[in-house]
Amino acid sequence: MAQSSTTLHESNLTPEVVDRHRAIVSLMEELEAVDWYDQRVQAATNEELRAVLAHNRDEEKEHAAMTLEWLRRNDAGWAEHLATYLNSEGPITEVEETTKAAGAGAEAVASAAPRDGSLGIGSLKGK
Amino acid sequence: MDDLLRKLAPISNEAWEAIDDEAKKHLTVSLGGRRIVDFKGPLGWQASAVDLGRAHPVEGQPEPGVSAALREVQPLVELRAPFELSRQVLANIARGCRDPELEPVRRAARAIALAEDRAIFHGYPAAGITGLFEASASNALTLTRDYQKYPLVVSEALARLHENGVGGGYAIALGPDCFKGLTGTATSGGYPVFEHVQRLIAGPVFWAPGVQGALVASLRGGDFELTVGRDLSIGYEEHSSATVRLYLQESVTFRVLSPEAAVPLVYR
Repeated sequence: MAQSSTTLHESNLTPEVVDRHRAIVSLMEELEAVDWYDQRVQAATNEELRAVLAHNRDEEKEHAAMTLEWLRRNDAGWAEHLATYLNSEGPITEVEETTKAAGAGAEAVASAAPRDGSLGIGSLKGK
Repeated sequence: MDDLLRKLAPISNEAWEAIDDEAKKHLTVSLGGRRIVDFKGPLGWQASAVDLGRAHPVEGQPEPGVSAALREVQPLVELRAPFELSRQVLANIARGCRDPELEPVRRAARAIALAEDRAIFHGYPAAGITGLFEASASNALTLTRDYQKYPLVVSEALARLHENGVGGGYAIALGPDCFKGLTGTATSGGYPVFEHVQRLIAGPVFWAPGVQGALVASLRGGDFELTVGRDLSIGYEEHSSATVRLYLQESVTFRVLSPEAAVPLVYR
């Protein structure tokens, strides 16, 4: 079982850290539920029950995705790594290197530049 | 996508930043078309064409009882403007030089901006692009070098857009001659003609170096579409002990979806 969100390892934590802890524990619980449902879907012998369990499993995926998005919005580290890996192409273990190289050629510049390595001119409509 | 190969260039972070900033400054001033058209993208370097949603029949039958139709697309054109920088200049930037000799960046930025703008306003047949002046030729109005009469022509253009059922806001792209003529002329009462035009348009009035004449257009959206695969980017080509060769690049195409939403102003 995942630990409950009331179980903290340190004291005197800021509200932001405690909220992130809650989100992380919730995410763990959702992922654990997905795993359990996934196994039960395969094990169930009644077709209708299998369908219900599969539906529940996919609902948990939605909950997990929502919680992950909350973490992304509230933790710069999550945001950076998810931006690197989500919706990427090619071997996952090479994504980080490719992304860095495709940026501005140097980390300091890449961090300020658009992810596609362009100058970020885009639309000037109405300006 | 790493084909820009920027990390292979012998250029410091500070120098890359200076080069990018210089290019951006000049591009944002020189790109006139992007002020009035819809921008679709960037779709990435892999994007090759725009789907036109049309097909034409292929002659003959691939098999008895089977007909064929070929889908129509408009390819993106790759624009590339190479330039060369002295390694001494780049080294000076790393030393903290605040007025480095970056004229080659400015020249390349102006050149590629001009190429994009000419394609948008006047077309680029070799790349399959029909420009606004050609597409909207039936709406065109005639200009003279008498800039005191310019507000009348602009009023006529706005009236024409209204007659065509085209709502605003509106903008006017002024070619170099028009810009110079307007900013240097006052009405007989001493009122600057440029300001008169600004009041009529009640929207962007801007210098567009790629325009011959001027163009009044609606900003309502959905009428003119610039599709960009790779947006303007700087890549690395090669270097020697004395220089670094870079390039500005984009992949792009342009379509006029509603010719009635633009009124070209053409010198007699």
